[in-house]
Amino acid sequence: MPGRKAHAAPPRKRRRDRGGVLGSTGLYVATGVAGLLFLVPFYLLVRNSLSTDARITGENWQFFPTDLKWGNVRELFDDPTVPFARSLWNSAVVGVLHTLGTLLVCSLAGYGLARIPYKHANKVFYGVLVTLMVPSAVTFVPSFVLVSSLGWVDSLRGLIIPGLFSGFTCFLFRQYFLGFPKELEEAARMDGLGYWGAYWRIVVPNSLNFFAAIATITFISGWNAFLWPLVIGQDPDAWTVQVALSSYMTNQTVNFHLIFMATAISILPLVFVFLFLQRWLVQGIAQTGIKG
Amino acid sequence: MSTTTSRGVSRPAPAEAAPARPRRGLRGRATFNFWLFTGPFLIGLLVFVYVPIGWSLWLSFFEARFTVTPDKFVGFDNYRQMLENSDFTASLVTFTVFAAFIVPLTWAISLGLALLVNRLRFMRAFFRSVFFLPTACSYVAASLIWKMSIFSGVRFGLMNTVLGWFGVENIAWLADPDPPWYWLVIVSARLWLQAGFYMILFLAALQNIPPELYEAAAIDGARPGWQTFRHITLPQLRATSTAVVLLLLVAAYQAFDEFYNLLSKTTWGRPPLVELYYTALGQAQDYGAGSAGAVVLTLLICLVTLLQGRFMGFGRGEEAE
Repeated sequence: MPGRKAHAAPPRKRRRDRGGVLGSTGLYVATGVAGLLFLVPFYLLVRNSLSTDARITGENWQFFPTDLKWGNVRELFDDPTVPFARSLWNSAVVGVLHTLGTLLVCSLAGYGLARIPYKHANKVFYGVLVTLMVPSAVTFVPSFVLVSSLGWVDSLRGLIIPGLFSGFTCFLFRQYFLGFPKELEEAARMDGLGYWGAYWRIVVPNSLNFFAAIATITFISGWNAFLWPLVIGQDPDAWTVQVALSSYMTNQTVNFHLIFMATAISILPLVFVFLFLQRWLVQGIAQTGIKG
Repeated sequence: MSTTTSRGVSRPAPAEAAPARPRRGLRGRATFNFWLFTGPFLIGLLVFVYVPIGWSLWLSFFEARFTVTPDKFVGFDNYRQMLENSDFTASLVTFTVFAAFIVPLTWAISLGLALLVNRLRFMRAFFRSVFFLPTACSYVAASLIWKMSIFSGVRFGLMNTVLGWFGVENIAWLADPDPPWYWLVIVSARLWLQAGFYMILFLAALQNIPPELYEAAAIDGARPGWQTFRHITLPQLRATSTAVVLLLLVAAYQAFDEFYNLLSKTTWGRPPLVELYYTALGQAQDYGAGSAGAVVLTLLICLVTLLQGRFMGFGRGEEAE
């Protein structure tokens, strides 16, 4: 895994200063302009979510809001037309259980595939790899059919369980465990621990960084997922926050400030995840190169 | 049999007459444990991945409207119907146009951002966060901001306001396919969402390039800047570049969220997944045709993936940049 080294405090040797002060100023100007462009949508989101509709749709575009309407938060949760609080709750439950379940199921499988000597392990592994070729988004029609025939439409089960069996996450865990130092486990085995004991008492506690990285990425993709929750959540009570947001866009009546406040709140948890867990996140992505 | 099984198999026969029975017992225990560890995952994979794939294949050969247990076998009729369906073929064209924009643009911009950030001395972590932060947003959230604020077709949209300063009339960004301004909206939204993610991949790759290469090049008289970029940086990034292009292509193929949300009421600009969504789960509930479309799409994705891995090797693409 070449990426592993990437963020372990790069002791890059300072190369020759290219271009001196002028080049360096240009560099910062370019980066700053690009950075501003990337921040504008966030700014608009915050500005609109704390404004009145009249201010948002006003004739003269005001860049800075003059007064912040924090009451919009309360208004959003009191609004009976869209069950926004319920959708947030659904997303939180789905996000957490989806993450925990994926970690458990996929890490166990990855470990089994990487470390337990079994004659046909490679054949099983190919069976997992093949599923990577078939994009999950393309099988949503039959998946929906399957899940609805199980009676799981409009249920948290339907939202969570089918997503747990990610061939890709299993693959990542297998690759990681292949690189895990064998000596640690062998010592544990000599002490009489079985595979199960070695896994829980040696391997997992020594792999928390990797687990955290995968957990972060899994949570983000779960929180942001749209197509599957849209298909499964036919009843508004089973909507996730993304489906609720989408319903705002197709609604006839448009309350701009509420829509933007809802969007801002939907992003907030992930912004926290990003700011506080960024080290793991970046590490995990750099190591694995996966799509969130 | 490589690493996975080598430990049990290749362990040298014990010098003392280690009896055969314990060894078989060990192996038996390993087999048991293997299934214990992988079993839950494999069962789930079977039920929720393999069964839907098989079901999809099966359905695609039946007339299956409003039912998933059809009895009328129609052979390749669903396939013919989908391939003759101008909406479906148009969706493939939509995808092609979309990929032609989004793949090179994201590649170039995320690489550019990585090069910028990598050269910063101060505030590197800050700018990395700034570019990376949009990855936190969902496509739904971004679509909302894009559709209702930036590219709102009325006067109070940001773009129309800014253009208004220069005397440009309001543009209906999404409501009118001619001229197709909606591409600008869709491509910029996805660019904003995903550039930071691929920037991280490029950053990791850039930091893995040995500094000695640049020193050697400097000694050989290569001017820093374009020359070293072209002859050292780009070739060193080849593996990452190839992976990035592949990921971008697959992601573009699966585009759904922003098209669905930005163009919900329109009939143009539907990529394949949106088309399939309406075919299978819309009014007609045509699971047979939907499944046939899904099979066609899957085959196309596999083909593109294989072709790209085979032919691109990325060398020529880089030279042409």
